[in-house]
Amino acid sequence: MIGPLNFSQNLSRQGRSSQGRFRTDNTSCCYMKKLKNPQSCRYDTSETDNGDITLHIQGSMDSTNAGFMIKELDRFLRRRNPPSLTVDLKDVSYVDDFGVLVLVELKRTIARKKALFHIENASDKVKEILSILNFDHLGKKISLFRVRSPGIFVRLGDATLRHISDLKYMILFIGDTCLALIHVCLHPKSLRKDETFQYMQMAGVDALPIVALISFLLGLIMAFMSSVQLKQFGANIYVASLVSLAMTRELGPIMTAIIVAGRSGSAFAAEIGTMKISEEIDALYTMGFEPTRFLAVPKIIATVIIVPLLTLFSDVFAIAGGLVVGIFMLDLTTGAYIAQTIKTLTLFDVFLGSLKGVVFGLLIAWIGCLRGFRVEGGAASVGKATTSAVVTSIFLIILFDSLFSVILRYWE
Amino acid sequence: MEKNVIIRVKDLVAGYGEDIILDHVSFDVYEREIFVVLGKIGSGKSTLLKHLIGLMKPLSGRIFIDGNDICHSDEATFQGILRKFGVLYQSAALFGSITIAENVALPIKEYTDLRKKYVDALVKMKLNLVGLGGYENYLPSEISGGMKKRAGLARAMALNPKILFFDEPSAGLDPVTSAELDNLIIRINNSLGTTMVIVTHELQSIFAVSHRVIMLDKTSKGIIAEGDPKYLRDHSQNPFVRQFLNR
Repeated sequence: MIGPLNFSQNLSRQGRSSQGRFRTDNTSCCYMKKLKNPQSCRYDTSETDNGDITLHIQGSMDSTNAGFMIKELDRFLRRRNPPSLTVDLKDVSYVDDFGVLVLVELKRTIARKKALFHIENASDKVKEILSILNFDHLGKKISLFRVRSPGIFVRLGDATLRHISDLKYMILFIGDTCLALIHVCLHPKSLRKDETFQYMQMAGVDALPIVALISFLLGLIMAFMSSVQLKQFGANIYVASLVSLAMTRELGPIMTAIIVAGRSGSAFAAEIGTMKISEEIDALYTMGFEPTRFLAVPKIIATVIIVPLLTLFSDVFAIAGGLVVGIFMLDLTTGAYIAQTIKTLTLFDVFLGSLKGVVFGLLIAWIGCLRGFRVEGGAASVGKATTSAVVTSIFLIILFDSLFSVILRYWE
Repeated sequence: MEKNVIIRVKDLVAGYGEDIILDHVSFDVYEREIFVVLGKIGSGKSTLLKHLIGLMKPLSGRIFIDGNDICHSDEATFQGILRKFGVLYQSAALFGSITIAENVALPIKEYTDLRKKYVDALVKMKLNLVGLGGYENYLPSEISGGMKKRAGLARAMALNPKILFFDEPSAGLDPVTSAELDNLIIRINNSLGTTMVIVTHELQSIFAVSHRVIMLDKTSKGIIAEGDPKYLRDHSQNPFVRQFLNR
């Protein structure tokens, strides 16, 4: 692979020298992947009778040939045990830290063989580089200091402390949000109305098409799947009951909330998180604005209003989806389907769905803001906060839905 | 000083849409020189820098980096040109999710086949060179502004490019840290022979480091002065230039 390089064959012991070239063109280059126009570096060696080796390097010792030089010189020295190695830098035109790395590696190899290492004829420029990079003290340990990964107990302790701190902050933030909401209720003028409407548009109006589409398809699927079973008993008409009840009480609020959590909860976390790392939250605080009241309250109020409305839309579109199946597959009339839907649904069901929407909306915005405020560090932390906002929101949505079911079981 | 041209800007017209910021600007930067672009805010300094580093395409005119036209080159040539320079951004632009050492190691790992221990050794040398020895495992968010700049510099010179561009290196630094950075710039220029192009309006830095300056102006949309800053300060024909440098 490497054409002219073969020290062991070319070198004789009587002061004769061998020559080679650190070729760095693309065809023979094994260490450079992408650097273009690499410079080349030549060398030759001479060896005295008692085995002392002198390495004459010519040209430039830089990033384009350092890797190759290290490999070649390592291969050359592997089979030899010279009492000393002298590196002659007389004809070296340029050295940078990559070149110094080659010299450090030579020095280390020679030190391992308990031989002497010298550099001679270094120009002032090269000497300067060597001194700036502290060449004389390099060599014993060149690798970076690595942080040892902590043991399992330390990690367990760290995780516990972190979770306790998260829990504390969560409780604080509950209090903070409650105080901010009470303040806004007592002083309605302090609510940032423009922003609230803007968030209502963002989380509500802009989400309507996707909520409508998903709900419609969900209604369609539910009606289709249930019709296969109910048809066997001639109970086609109950498809309308099943779709409307299931959607209004359970699936409508959950689906809507999951969509809003994915769209807006994540956006809230990312927005506040980015503000946090660019010190905008600090600026708000020092300007006398309460960050929770300023940033979280408009978002919470907007979603609390908008999620129940979206839920109602979701119910309507799901029933429409079921209606399509009812008409085209079950030979029901539109009137019969709608009459059965109205007969099944009570006002309480619609109210319950909307109440769930209110609670889910509150959870989504609150978690989004909480995660945003917990961002620390840089861009990666914003990403984590966003992910965590969505995951926690979805978890809490399902958890609270279960709580609703349990409470209703005993209440009704 | 050798007078090999390393950057040539020829009749550069730059702007945003209809708004022309620089009108037929031409100048040369020579190898191994510390070249400072100065001017008031809005004079087009940053716009010029963005054109020099290929982030913006000129409306007309040509820019040659080490003989290659950066404005009219194919993708492969452009990638080659990018290897010739490093940039220290105003906010250092370190990647926040990885440590300082990993930031510096990134280009070395990507563009060379050096083994990991050699990459580590180079990173250590570079961080020692910029005075950040011992901070290898810190995240960018855990170090101060001046340290970030120095880490950014270490990353910019990871592959020892021929040219280093600096966007407002002194911005946000105290005078002592700023002077340290200036010394570092001079030291790297002296030892590695790197050409430096610095965009700044910090007078102390200008007098401390620059070999030659050009001054841009908003109204004339071009260069109003070129030369040695100390000479311009005392002998420029343009009173505005004297005033700017004598502030």
